[in-house]
Amino acid sequence: MQVLKRKSLALVGNHAVAYAVKQAKPQVLSVFPITPQTTMLEKLAEYVSKGELKAEMIRVESEHSAMAAVYGAAVAGSRVFTATSSQGLLYMTEMIYWAGGQRVPIVAAIATRALAEPWTIWDDHQDFISKRDAIWIQMMAENVQEAYDMTLQAFKISEDQRVIMPVMMGFDGFILTHTMERVEVLEDSEVDSFLPPRQFNLIDFSDPVGVGPIATPDEYIKIRYEAKKAMERSKDVIRDIMKEYEKISGRKYDLVECYKCEDADYVIVSMGAWSSDGKVAVDRLRNNGEKVGLLKIRVFRPFPKEEIREKLKDVKAVVTFDRAYSFGSGGILANEIKSALYGNNIPVHSVIAGLGGKDVRPLHFQNVIEDLISGKLEEERWIL
Amino acid sequence: MSLITNPRRIPKLYRGNAACPGCPIPKELDILIEELGEKAVLVVPASCTTVIMGDTTGMPSTIPVVHSAFAAASPIASGIVRSLRMKGDNDSIVAVWAGDGGTADIGFSAISGSAERNEDILYVCYDNEAYMNTGIQRSSLTPKGAWTTTTPEGKREFKKPMPFIMAEHKIPYVATASVAYPFDYQNKVKKAKQIKGFRYVHLLSPCPPGWRFDSSLTIEIAKLAVETGIWPLFEIENGEFRLTSISKTLIDKKNRKPVTEYLKLQGRFSKLNEKEIKEIEDSVDELWEEIKSYIKQ
Repeated sequence: MQVLKRKSLALVGNHAVAYAVKQAKPQVLSVFPITPQTTMLEKLAEYVSKGELKAEMIRVESEHSAMAAVYGAAVAGSRVFTATSSQGLLYMTEMIYWAGGQRVPIVAAIATRALAEPWTIWDDHQDFISKRDAIWIQMMAENVQEAYDMTLQAFKISEDQRVIMPVMMGFDGFILTHTMERVEVLEDSEVDSFLPPRQFNLIDFSDPVGVGPIATPDEYIKIRYEAKKAMERSKDVIRDIMKEYEKISGRKYDLVECYKCEDADYVIVSMGAWSSDGKVAVDRLRNNGEKVGLLKIRVFRPFPKEEIREKLKDVKAVVTFDRAYSFGSGGILANEIKSALYGNNIPVHSVIAGLGGKDVRPLHFQNVIEDLISGKLEEERWIL
Repeated sequence: MSLITNPRRIPKLYRGNAACPGCPIPKELDILIEELGEKAVLVVPASCTTVIMGDTTGMPSTIPVVHSAFAAASPIASGIVRSLRMKGDNDSIVAVWAGDGGTADIGFSAISGSAERNEDILYVCYDNEAYMNTGIQRSSLTPKGAWTTTTPEGKREFKKPMPFIMAEHKIPYVATASVAYPFDYQNKVKKAKQIKGFRYVHLLSPCPPGWRFDSSLTIEIAKLAVETGIWPLFEIENGEFRLTSISKTLIDKKNRKPVTEYLKLQGRFSKLNEKEIKEIEDSVDELWEEIKSYIKQ
């Protein structure tokens, strides 16, 4: 990696995302507070109040209205941003689908958090992953640096003429939102050239259109088919934009990240912050002579099926780590990976862990892999 | 993305839209759109108007229309207006056109939020006193005693006093209106247009199939609602209450037509007994006592 002399800041995840948002210069923000997103909202409010970010901030009465407000603002041509978590994401779900169905460029940061009931404020991915069919591009960050970088990428992906679709940037609640890390930030001028002003507006008084009318069944399925094609096209666009970002930042991004999995016999598949713990486990196992690797899913929608098939084609077995579960079916990532590997005859084991913020450490990953190698790992294991 | 384009420009709503026979909505929208002018956006949540405004094959409006989920109209309008202002557009107007359910029930928290923030929106509620788009189910604006498919015995509760609730938000302008008094309605929209901030106009909008009357009687019934005192025409401008049009003469009870004249034309009230009718009459008198207290101030 090219080492550049850059400005580094010590930022918690929420402030890193807020910093990226400030640099992206959205004209309208609408955010409703929820733990663990709140400190991001407070930072954005501070930027706006100090005039560091020239934006309209709509302090709405609910998440449903937050998404509605940025939807309206995006329809009328502004770059927009919102953020939420957990129950807030559920409360906004109707408008998440509305924005996805109409395909307007919106960026939402999701501080992932487990869902009630029982009440909880800690991290898992059930909230984020439940939006997988809403016609949104979904990405997950591993650390604070990625949360910063991917927020900037999200704006560009969302507004790309080949895509035009809302983008959700997920990052683990508390684990990233409240952890301070050294973050290398871009210069404002670099962000300006990466992210030129937005070209999108559906409100034209000289040529009025109806936005989002009733569709007949014939039209509805065609519009959905167009969305499917746009989602498929977005893979190349995401890759292009990540490459472009790499040129500026020196940091390499792709739909998936392969950590020592090129020659691996056994591969952990994971998404989000605990991928770092998984990598520590991989290093330890490698030191013990085991050929183990980790495949990180960075882009969850569109799901990078082909890339996963390619990376995993020669492995003996895969174990997915899921922080979310489809009750009555199985680990959600596990099911996605099984579907991607269909016909390859590679065993896929599923581990469910970390729900509701339950602590998971490198040792957990290590134990699971050791059990996998010695043939002792069940098809599905819950780490309770 | 689903968008429909407007093939020709005329100053109002097109003829031949999908409204039911006798529905006052096209006329009410005509007046609104004409008053708003060309630099206006209409936000329409799920309601009869969603259908009237056409499907992906054609749009009957000459101004941009943004369709909205049921509870989301006022925040979508907030987003649009803030976005337009950010881009230096200070003279366009963003209006919400919503039914009673979208306003007083599912959209209530959102409209209250937008009003509390005093968003620069003109909100028009066309009140047909039930969920008509799904076929006559009660809403919180259905009047007491009215039959609906979900109140087959007649609704037990009184109508939510929406214009007064909105006035309590201390917004700059609140008005009631009726399609039977088009100039009064038009003047109120004209006045509201000149005001900045959250403006609320509440239109009583009789519905022939929902209220069970002949489609030729729409205007007659809208007129009777005002003449009997059930639907007083007023405006509250910066907290100052003022009766308008014919309602100015109705403080004196003897000028008001008997409530039964309004009720008897509508099938939805056909099962009311005398006690229930008396209760409705009393509630109208109470309303006017309340109005008197506002005027004295």
